[in-house]
Amino acid sequence: MDHRRHIQNESPEPVGRRWHALSVVSLGLTVLLTVVILVLVAADVVYLLRRGVTAAEFWRTLSSPAVLGGIRMSLLTSTVTLLLVLCFAVPIGYALSRYRFPGRAVLNAVLDAPIVLTPVVVGLSLLAFFGSPLGGWIRTAVERGGWTLDSAIGIVLCQFLVSVPYCIRATKASFEEVDRELEHVALSLGCSPWSAFRRVTLPLARSGLVAGGVMAWARAIGVFGPLMVFVGTSPRVTVMHTAMWLELNTGNIETSLVIALVALALAGTALSLVHWLAPGRKWL
Amino acid sequence: MALTVLRVRGLHLQVGSFRVSDVSFDVPQGEYFVLMGPTGSGKSLTARCVAGLIPVESGTITIDGRDVTHLEPRRRGVGYMPQHGALFPHLDVAGNILFPLRVRGTAAAEARAAVAPLVNMLGLGELMGRRVGTLSGGERQKAALARALASRPRLLLLDEPLSALDEPSRREIGKELRRAQRALGIATVHICHNTEEARALADRAGVIHAGRLVQTGPLDELQRQPASAAVARLLGVSARGQE
Repeated sequence: MDHRRHIQNESPEPVGRRWHALSVVSLGLTVLLTVVILVLVAADVVYLLRRGVTAAEFWRTLSSPAVLGGIRMSLLTSTVTLLLVLCFAVPIGYALSRYRFPGRAVLNAVLDAPIVLTPVVVGLSLLAFFGSPLGGWIRTAVERGGWTLDSAIGIVLCQFLVSVPYCIRATKASFEEVDRELEHVALSLGCSPWSAFRRVTLPLARSGLVAGGVMAWARAIGVFGPLMVFVGTSPRVTVMHTAMWLELNTGNIETSLVIALVALALAGTALSLVHWLAPGRKWL
Repeated sequence: MALTVLRVRGLHLQVGSFRVSDVSFDVPQGEYFVLMGPTGSGKSLTARCVAGLIPVESGTITIDGRDVTHLEPRRRGVGYMPQHGALFPHLDVAGNILFPLRVRGTAAAEARAAVAPLVNMLGLGELMGRRVGTLSGGERQKAALARALASRPRLLLLDEPLSALDEPSRREIGKELRRAQRALGIATVHICHNTEEARALADRAGVIHAGRLVQTGPLDELQRQPASAAVARLLGVSARGQE
């Protein structure tokens, strides 16, 4: 009885106060961080305006062959990477969500590794691999086919290795949300395993898969470090971020900022798309 | 004598540390067979095994005299309905009911015509355009029943179809189930743990306990002469058969 009175009389107020304080702090920090990011973006625009960069000049810089070439290469390679990523991430995410097997935890950790490593490690590891006998044999085979690795192929390889873990995580989470009983019912209603996947699992996981793809694409388009290490900075392998770096190194801060704003616009669009397609997803 | 539709012989299977052992029973054409047992007794595992969703360790399952033990679920001729109906949430009611026919390549118009009598019988006509999320529990179960019956299976397998419903819906859907089953004359296996439900529906019942089918027969016979204390407990009678 005493215990009940204690709960009734004393518990609600402190809890209410605590939650109130927590809400204020967390919302305050959210607003603060948002303002910081927006201020940084605004600083880019203000800098350009103070340096007398007009809209006409902005467009002229943007349409210069070097900048436009970098943007075009980024869009092209990241789109190819996205297709490649989906080809791997959808089946792997499905397998990881559905099957239990020995070593699954280790496999998960290995597949997630590129997320926690600095992307430069990917470039370094690719350099080391293609310097090995097996890698050398693959490099020769590629060159016999009339291609080279320090081309769009190398860019796609770097982008793929950096971005595929993000998409695998997203697809795995999406498939885990689909009730297995629905697949079982589909099998009993006349579906083959593939047909059940196509008609039931895939449509139900669709928004998560699309969001995972957009996330992987955004990650791919932002890859920079591994490219500097593995494919270099020659004009034919210049992507948006390499162009930005090269312009900065030659003192063209205005051109560099113009490219940065384009990259920000693309990233903002991609992330808005993710939140619109998959609001409230656990993995976002 | 009615033709035997489902024949299960010496069924053994293991899931984790749980075993279903030596389960054998028959279900003739037109019979409503209720397989009862307490939670965790192995009744749902047995049903899923008959549906082909769990592999058999040993034993045979025949449907209409055809050995389906190792056949894919889709080739067994079984209409399976799980506890919550498991309607596909990305399809409307019509999409769900037509699903088994569309999967088999039936044209939309032909499929609609084929399920029309079933839809009318279950009073689903006005629900056909509704999203699954807007249906009540009873409406969901009726739609799931229509979907399970749409491809005219030889055997209807109902895994606790009423247990998630409130009492009035349970009575209503129970009546609908029995009416549809009688009208179609389809052999039916109904899994449940509720004696009242079994009494209202069963032509014959079987009691499964700790992975073994311990007794089968008409329900009143089971209640009069329970084979074990476990059967008596489940049916709510004394070991000598008095309520």
